[in-house]
Amino acid sequence: MRRSIVRTLLCLCLLLPLPAAAQITIEITGGAVGAVPIAVVPFRVAEGTGNLDTDIAEIVRSDLYRTGLFDTLPPSNFIAQPASSEEVRYRNWRALGADYLVVGTVSRGNNGYNVSFELMDVYGARVLASKRYIVPPRALRTTGHTIANEVFRTLTGRPGGFNSRLLYVQEEGTGEDRQFQLIYSEADSRNAQPILTSDEPIMSPAWGPRRERLAYVSFENGRSEIYVQEVRTGERRKVASFEGINSAPAFSPDGRSLAMSLSRKGSPNIVVLDLSSGQTRQITSAGAIDTEPAWSPDGEWIYFTSDRGGSPQIYRVPATGGDVSRVTFEGSYNASPDVSPDGSLLAMVHRGESGGFRIAVQDLETGLVNVLTDGPLDESPTFAPNGAMLAYTRVDGDQTELATVSVHGRANDSLTRFEHEVREPAWSAQ
Amino acid sequence: MTGGYLNLKKTGEPDMNLRPFWLALVLGLGIVATGCTTTDTVGEDDMAGEIPAGAETDGYGDVERIEERDGAQAAGAEGIGQISGEDLLEDATGPLAERVIYFEFDSSEVSSRYTDVLRAHGEFLATHPEFSLIVEGHTDERGSREYNLALGERRAQAVARILTLNGAADEQVQVTSYGEEQPAVVGHDEQAWSQNRRAELVYQR
Repeated sequence: MRRSIVRTLLCLCLLLPLPAAAQITIEITGGAVGAVPIAVVPFRVAEGTGNLDTDIAEIVRSDLYRTGLFDTLPPSNFIAQPASSEEVRYRNWRALGADYLVVGTVSRGNNGYNVSFELMDVYGARVLASKRYIVPPRALRTTGHTIANEVFRTLTGRPGGFNSRLLYVQEEGTGEDRQFQLIYSEADSRNAQPILTSDEPIMSPAWGPRRERLAYVSFENGRSEIYVQEVRTGERRKVASFEGINSAPAFSPDGRSLAMSLSRKGSPNIVVLDLSSGQTRQITSAGAIDTEPAWSPDGEWIYFTSDRGGSPQIYRVPATGGDVSRVTFEGSYNASPDVSPDGSLLAMVHRGESGGFRIAVQDLETGLVNVLTDGPLDESPTFAPNGAMLAYTRVDGDQTELATVSVHGRANDSLTRFEHEVREPAWSAQ
Repeated sequence: MTGGYLNLKKTGEPDMNLRPFWLALVLGLGIVATGCTTTDTVGEDDMAGEIPAGAETDGYGDVERIEERDGAQAAGAEGIGQISGEDLLEDATGPLAERVIYFEFDSSEVSSRYTDVLRAHGEFLATHPEFSLIVEGHTDERGSREYNLALGERRAQAVARILTLNGAADEQVQVTSYGEEQPAVVGHDEQAWSQNRRAELVYQR
């Protein structure tokens, strides 16, 4: 009994809300901290509600599982299926090893559904959070993600961000008949819809800070050019079509600037474009390949890939220009930087001694590198808004698929629902 | 002298019997003449056999360029017997037929085995200013897509530089890159990768 209380307290302490400036204290190498066991009971569907094609409990379970912070117990082990705290026998759930429990109901409402849930602390035998929702018919999935957000925030102090969005490129067909699409989907890749279709390649989708606009590279005019497109209206404008390469757009955190890689007939350098004035400022000039700019969340630094040292490694430079310093020192190839939402971690594509390309994260304070995936052809890491996991692409047999991996490396999940080539996911900030 | 073959009677010349001598001489000359002619003929025939189709031969005056074409007419305003740029480009056995340069992994160094090919293209462009081309750079799929876009451009730039060194004007050679976005061969092994690490010469008509 005492041991379990201590363990619970340990977990709770490590999951307490942290002040914004503090570093993550959870061990990245996944040592002492275990994933918190949580039981999400299938929601009871009231009689007369009809057949639901959405399993809300399953959505909550998957969202929590993918963060790597929760051990989601399999429903097949549940002897009882309570729908409210009154029905819960805490002893049963302690026996199962659950620290937390989620129960809920779905019933028919006037204009859709009524959904409710409760989150309980099994050992403290008390309700930690509960809410009721009035849900339009099409919004059941969103409600599932919203409940996952509530559970995550209550237990970790951080926003779950499970209603965030993914952008990715999808390719169909072969050779001359290939068609490319830029796809917009929910964070678990469901409800995908194309927002751009082209006969020529599309690359490097990037989110604006509030999901209102995006940028990407399009080859529709026979060469690389950068476009900015409004999410709601689909309106777009070309913002970079200089001679040479125009690629790797990245919005600044305040959305006012777009960093990019431009070669302008020479070697590619990092250039920052002011979106309202159209003025550009070149901030690197080493005569090497400098590309893939990635902003720190405070907007002060730009991390980027450069082969100025011989082979691709990640460097950083003040966003207004200045001294360039090298960031990665392990492995023969490091590229595709993405900074975590709290600014403490750097994700990258990393090639070490094994020779394969894998996803790794580096603690920007300590320099410690943790390799999260197995490769051999993993690419394009992008942090989730909760900072607990990354989406990326990997090759499975002949196919490329979207996957997530938790920063703690325990939860690796494939997201693909389709049969086509997919790549370059970009995870929205909210 | 009685009824000789040759009347070589001259006053004061000795009167000799020269018939066997002339016979020998005629025969000898005949043999020598035959031998010389044979030598000359053999020489010309040998040389003619070694002239490669389409080449000019120095020292033989105006020799018409000989090219074998399957029923094609020599077209163009360049006059009878001249080959047009179009035809040179379309000749599947000519030096301009090779249009793809392959590269080692992560490298933009052009191998010396392409020296002759690139010289042929460079010189063609130099002598045919109405033609231009795009050098398209490509990479295999490994690693970062954006880095590969830049590596593809570097490969195209390396090839473009050699073309201009061989006489092409800057305006005739454009450079572009598709990175790993347009593989020639789809696959996840060195077999496929080696065929995707390339620069392609795409002539503009």
